[in-house]
Amino acid sequence: MSEFLAGWPLLSIVTFLPAAGAIWVLAARAMLRGENPGFDQGVRIITLVVTIATFIASLFAFAAFNPNNPEFQLTENVPWAFGMSYAMGVDTLAMSLVLLTTFLMPICILASWHIEKQVASYMVLFLVLETLMIGVFCAQDIVLFYVFFEGGLIPMFILIGVWGGQRRVYAAFKFFLYTLLGSLLMLVAIVAMMAMARNAGIENPSNIPALTAFAAQGGFSPDIQIWLWLAFFASFAVKMPMWPVHTWLPDAHVEAPTAGSVVLAAILLKMGGYGFLRFSLPMFPDASHYFTPFVFTLSVIAIVWASLVAFRQLDMKKLIAYSSVAHMGFVTLGIFAGNIQGVQGAIFQMLSHGIISGALFLCVGVVYDRMHTREIAFYGGLVNRMPVYAAIFLLFTMGNVGLPGTSGFPGEILTMLGTFQVNAWFAAAAALGVILSAAYALTLYRKVALGNIENPKLDGITDIDAREWVLFVPLIIATLLMGFAPSLVLDFTKASAETIVSAFAGAAP
Amino acid sequence: MTPLNDLMHSLPYARPELLLAAFALLGAVIGAWGGQKVFGLLSLLGVGVLVAAGAVAWMQNPSAPASIFQGAMVVDGVSVFAKVLISLSAAAALLVGADHFSRAGDRRFEYPVLMALAVLGMFVMVSAQDLISLYVGVELQSLAAYVLAAWRRDDARSSEAGLKYFVLSAISSGLLLFGASFVYGFTGSIRFDQIAAAVNEGAGGIGLVFGLVLMLCALGFKMSAAPFHMWTPDVYEGAPTPVTAFFAAAPKVAAVALMARVLYEPFGGMLAQWQQVVMALAAISMVWGAFGALLQTNLKRLMAYSSITNMGFALMGLAAGPEQGPASALIYLALYLPANIGIFALIISMQRNGEPAETIGDLAGLAQKRAWMAALFTMLLFSIAGIPPFAGFIGKFLVFAAAVDAGLVWLAIVGAVAAVVSAAYYLRILASVWFAPPAPALQKASSTVALTATLAAALSFPVLVLALGALQRWAETAVRMWN
Repeated sequence: MSEFLAGWPLLSIVTFLPAAGAIWVLAARAMLRGENPGFDQGVRIITLVVTIATFIASLFAFAAFNPNNPEFQLTENVPWAFGMSYAMGVDTLAMSLVLLTTFLMPICILASWHIEKQVASYMVLFLVLETLMIGVFCAQDIVLFYVFFEGGLIPMFILIGVWGGQRRVYAAFKFFLYTLLGSLLMLVAIVAMMAMARNAGIENPSNIPALTAFAAQGGFSPDIQIWLWLAFFASFAVKMPMWPVHTWLPDAHVEAPTAGSVVLAAILLKMGGYGFLRFSLPMFPDASHYFTPFVFTLSVIAIVWASLVAFRQLDMKKLIAYSSVAHMGFVTLGIFAGNIQGVQGAIFQMLSHGIISGALFLCVGVVYDRMHTREIAFYGGLVNRMPVYAAIFLLFTMGNVGLPGTSGFPGEILTMLGTFQVNAWFAAAAALGVILSAAYALTLYRKVALGNIENPKLDGITDIDAREWVLFVPLIIATLLMGFAPSLVLDFTKASAETIVSAFAGAAP
Repeated sequence: MTPLNDLMHSLPYARPELLLAAFALLGAVIGAWGGQKVFGLLSLLGVGVLVAAGAVAWMQNPSAPASIFQGAMVVDGVSVFAKVLISLSAAAALLVGADHFSRAGDRRFEYPVLMALAVLGMFVMVSAQDLISLYVGVELQSLAAYVLAAWRRDDARSSEAGLKYFVLSAISSGLLLFGASFVYGFTGSIRFDQIAAAVNEGAGGIGLVFGLVLMLCALGFKMSAAPFHMWTPDVYEGAPTPVTAFFAAAPKVAAVALMARVLYEPFGGMLAQWQQVVMALAAISMVWGAFGALLQTNLKRLMAYSSITNMGFALMGLAAGPEQGPASALIYLALYLPANIGIFALIISMQRNGEPAETIGDLAGLAQKRAWMAALFTMLLFSIAGIPPFAGFIGKFLVFAAAVDAGLVWLAIVGAVAAVVSAAYYLRILASVWFAPPAPALQKASSTVALTATLAAALSFPVLVLALGALQRWAETAVRMWN
């Protein structure tokens, strides 16, 4: 298989296939000019086909990929200007996130089937967004990474602002400006790193492996690392999002359309964690050690505080958004524990959270499509009318809680294991968060699904239909598979995790 | 070399300038006879002449500086780079402007003629090699610009714009002359090379610094850098939109190129003295422009503040020292111009029932009514805001890189903050385009305008992004000729 695929620019194909689909839709729109009754449906089908094709292409890339090799693979390199280049390549960490992205996108498109407003624009933006998200994980040049990382703001801004809920414009602005401020500080740091590497005689100062190697030789002195780390932290902490810069997330989540929430929670939030793993730990190991207590403190506050806030929410999506903040707290704990359990657990938790939180937003979307409200108090007793839905919702609620057998469990236990080795107190506090997550998630489930139907408006509600079955089945399989056989994922990501851990451990004080 | 020999040697190098001068003079004569009837012909011819002047300049692209007219002017890499940008952006402004005026029934032939004269002035500015030709170039450009600003004589706003521009600009010209006289007095020469030699020998002292600062103030005025920007919003708003489109592009290039030359050629040895001044200009411009625009509702005023911010970014590049500074500023301009021209082309096309509609509110719901226009607005505004993957981002990235490399990290951080604040007002426009409920539909853009804006968007992404390598080589070779 891998010989057959040798020489193909597989990563570029995976990355730009969705963009090509976007151009296809735009061209069709320009030629057909409105007055065509089947046009919107055609656009939906094209988009679905393109996203599925992208998933298949990413499977080809996966087939050509050697998981035991910790190096960047499937590399492509075209020189650009100022020592920068169009460099692509993935290691196992990036590959797993690419697969998560391509796996979730067809589901998102399917979940957006009922969007009637400006369908073509919606689908074009989603396709462009997919290109940018995949690009973030594939980029091997730090400027190229920044281009994809930041470019994703554009489609998200418009998606939230046009297709979102009540306060969508406010949420779109907040999302954009918050993330932009963090990212521009990171840009200044990137520029400074490139300048230092160039002055030290590195020929391609924006190449990520070259920069990592430069950092490993002590290219960035510990004092400078502090500043660079803080600038990168400004960007990734906002993306993650970590307490106290998380406040854009509940707004953006609640106001985004269902598929937008899925993409935000499942993929965009992973960019923060990916950034920490790709840049902060290997490139600024001294600063990462220095700031570990700081990050631990913020993470534990996020876990406990966000769980408590989630408990008091009246809006289903907002509750899940706060639970995302709490779960991302585990990810940052694991990353900065800096040992193999912590990092592996963090990666696992990112992938698992992508699937479970995505599924939970889809669960909210199912009832929102029917009743057009996300208010928890509106619902109750859904199990009587929607038994299948209630079962699915229960499964993902349990995943969110971290029940063994679902994908939520291995990530949490591993991150806590990793944290415990560094500092038992933080691990204990994080364990408190697990209990709290059970409290809010089960309360949500009880209020929405259990009991008798009190609200007469719910009498006519129908159980999930065929399209929604198709949405949920892959997610159910993924959740259970990762829950029962976590080694499938952990063995795959091991190579990258070991590289990151050894780079970090090398700088231990 | 005898004066006659020198003239014969110089004339071939001055072909772009001669072309423009010939067009302006003949155009005035033809226009005097033909009146309104020849407006279309003259404008089209003007577009052709501007493009041709740029092309001729580009073909000259010398490998070493060629001094002409007894050392009064020079043809070197930077002047050629600037001339190409100036002529192309002026040609685009003339094209959309002529289209607009002929639709509006305002067919006065002076329009293309004045444009050509202004561009001629800019060409002299960017190739000036002594203080006299510098002043002559600036004045020729400015005089044509005053008339263009007051183009709608019967409109109070336009007359006000012209008068305001004239009075304030005259003061800045006075400052320029005053400063130049100091420089002459303390170095004993008006020629840049002799000034540079005198500076390197340690001439001047405080008097020379005084003269240089006065000249920088005047040039800051011409490029509308804060705190010398006061005229910009009023003139941009008052002048007819096609004229504003012209003001926002070509003169900026000329002013930045001239500033670069003045800083690095005659006064290259005084980097330590002027660097703080340029840094202050850059920081104030970026911040002032960003915050000033936040509350604007008129698109032309908003774009005025946007150009103040963007000049701040170009100045940040200029402040960064000879290694990367001038090249990054030149590339910044090349990447900034298309977005700027495209946005103004779209603003020109914003009309409702024949009346110009210029506020952010007029764009409400554009995405549903005119999807193509909305897409162009989106691309161009994100480019000018410096969001990747558009060309504007790369420009900002390069000036950041130049500044950080020169150790001016704090300036880069000020720039980052200003970029976020300015993103907020570009987003306000886009929020109106995409999120607001539709206002009554705007008229369909004319095909000339639509084509110009489309080209500008295509340049912003992906053409210039892909061609960055070529642009880098061109700008770096151009700047290297100075050393």
